[in-house]
Amino acid sequence: MTDTERSNGKAAFPRIGRVGLDGLLVSFGDRLSEAGNRAALAFRAAVEREGPEGVAETSTSLVSTFLRLDALHADPDAVAREMQVLLDSRDWYSADLPQGRRLWRIPTIYGTDLAPQLEEAAEEAGLSPETAAREIAGTRVRVQTIGFAPGQPYLGELPEHWNIPRQQALTERVPVGALVLAIRQLVLFSVSTPTGWRHIGQTGFRLFRPEAEEPFVLRPGDEVIFDSVEREAYDRLCDAGPDGGATCEPIR
Amino acid sequence: MSRALIVHQAGPGVTVQDLGRPGYLAYGLSRGGAADRLALYEGAALLGQAVDSAALEMAGMGGTFEATEDMRIALTGAPMRASIDGAALAWNASHPLHAGARLTIGPATAGVYGYLHVGGGIATPEILGARSAHLAAGIGAPLAAGDTLPVGPDRGGETGLVLDADGRFSGGEVRVVAGYQTGMFPDEEVARFEETRFTRDARGNRMGVRLAPDGDGFASRAGLTVLSEAIVPGDIQVTGDGAPFVLMSECQTTGGYPRIGAVLPCDLPRVAQAAPGTALRLRFVPSKEALAAERRAAEARDGLRRRLTHLTRDPHDIRDLLSYQLISGVIAGNEEE
Repeated sequence: MTDTERSNGKAAFPRIGRVGLDGLLVSFGDRLSEAGNRAALAFRAAVEREGPEGVAETSTSLVSTFLRLDALHADPDAVAREMQVLLDSRDWYSADLPQGRRLWRIPTIYGTDLAPQLEEAAEEAGLSPETAAREIAGTRVRVQTIGFAPGQPYLGELPEHWNIPRQQALTERVPVGALVLAIRQLVLFSVSTPTGWRHIGQTGFRLFRPEAEEPFVLRPGDEVIFDSVEREAYDRLCDAGPDGGATCEPIR
Repeated sequence: MSRALIVHQAGPGVTVQDLGRPGYLAYGLSRGGAADRLALYEGAALLGQAVDSAALEMAGMGGTFEATEDMRIALTGAPMRASIDGAALAWNASHPLHAGARLTIGPATAGVYGYLHVGGGIATPEILGARSAHLAAGIGAPLAAGDTLPVGPDRGGETGLVLDADGRFSGGEVRVVAGYQTGMFPDEEVARFEETRFTRDARGNRMGVRLAPDGDGFASRAGLTVLSEAIVPGDIQVTGDGAPFVLMSECQTTGGYPRIGAVLPCDLPRVAQAAPGTALRLRFVPSKEALAAERRAAEARDGLRRRLTHLTRDPHDIRDLLSYQLISGVIAGNEEE
């Protein structure tokens, strides 16, 4: 392997790296930041607009844009050079948020047997469970990325006292619609899965609806309030359909 | 009854698979599709049909099937014991399956994933542009006794054709390219990685396969604090215990473990088909060499039809011989896609 194919991990951001044979990663940082997140989303939108030859598909994670190339027909070095020109063309960190953002209100049960780790998470954050639930329910968080599982949002960013670590041991399984917390972020699970994040709330919201006209419900940039509801109301809303009582309005 | 394949019995990991659903990475949905994509190309060549025809992927164990109409079938991927009404069938070959006959496919004799293709392809409804089950995403489900799968119209063609099996069912060397996180591993760790003999662990499925090193695990400088980033099939994540984990077709779309490199797409079937206990070695190749290998593999896939030969028949097997003669020579002239 040659030196140019290996990153020394010290270069400044933004930088372009290789992922496998047919992937390029444009990174805007090595930790989550608001500006890096906006940069990644805006850069992806620009790549999609320009439609450079050899790029088959794009996506974002928290602070990076991923480009999957057509491995057999694209020259990764040539695409990387073209991306460098695009990177240099403006200050991506000062980019605006995506257009067409929406505010969602998703009814949520905090704690109880449906979300058994609220107390544990609250203790890690130095709060009582009641204060913790009230604080999360009162925080408007933004979808920073969709990933890991279909339609699954990473939301943030919570205040510093929520910088709590993942658990050492995995929870064997949390249900679909579980609201989990770690490292100043919330994740709303779209599938039932093992996780190291703490299960603090439960919703009846279905993020991935394979047969629906709009199979993936949330988009990066959307904002969410996880409104606290009582058990009785929650059960009724869950029976009402895949939205679990959630509402949505455009952000102007 | 309409044209269909009836499942009388199925092993625990039999699913409908095709080439998967590219284009949904931004929505958190990985491409999925057959664990051994080459097997789909082989099935398409044997039946003279399009490579996007859906087939049954059988993990370790097949099942018992019946066709409602006369059909052509092909068997590819990991060789399994197969028979029709008790008469043994050659693997990596195409055969007629008459209406009402019982096709029985037993355990794999090597490798992991066997494939049953039908003329016309499995014609279950498409979801997001493909028919493949994506179990991690909750799309589709493993087949069970009593399922009936619609089968598309077959333009017809020869049966009794065979492809030479290649060596991807017994492990061996797998080529790897470096990525932007390879530099997180000290050079001596990367060198040791290349010298290490790995054993395919029992922990493995369509999402990923764990490789157990025959020595110490591997540690990156970054530890376990890496930001979650896009991951792709073939990526080799080094998890907390230092063992590499090769991501397969149904992997998540982001991951937070450092990646030492990525298996070439054309070598991924060799990893998928390594049964638990099989030895594998991983060798870094420069990016240019990797691209050249990938292009050669694509040419080989395109040239599979030229490598078809006729099955040599046992003349004592009269019933099978008759069915062979009934079918052979029916060349519709439209075998090309």
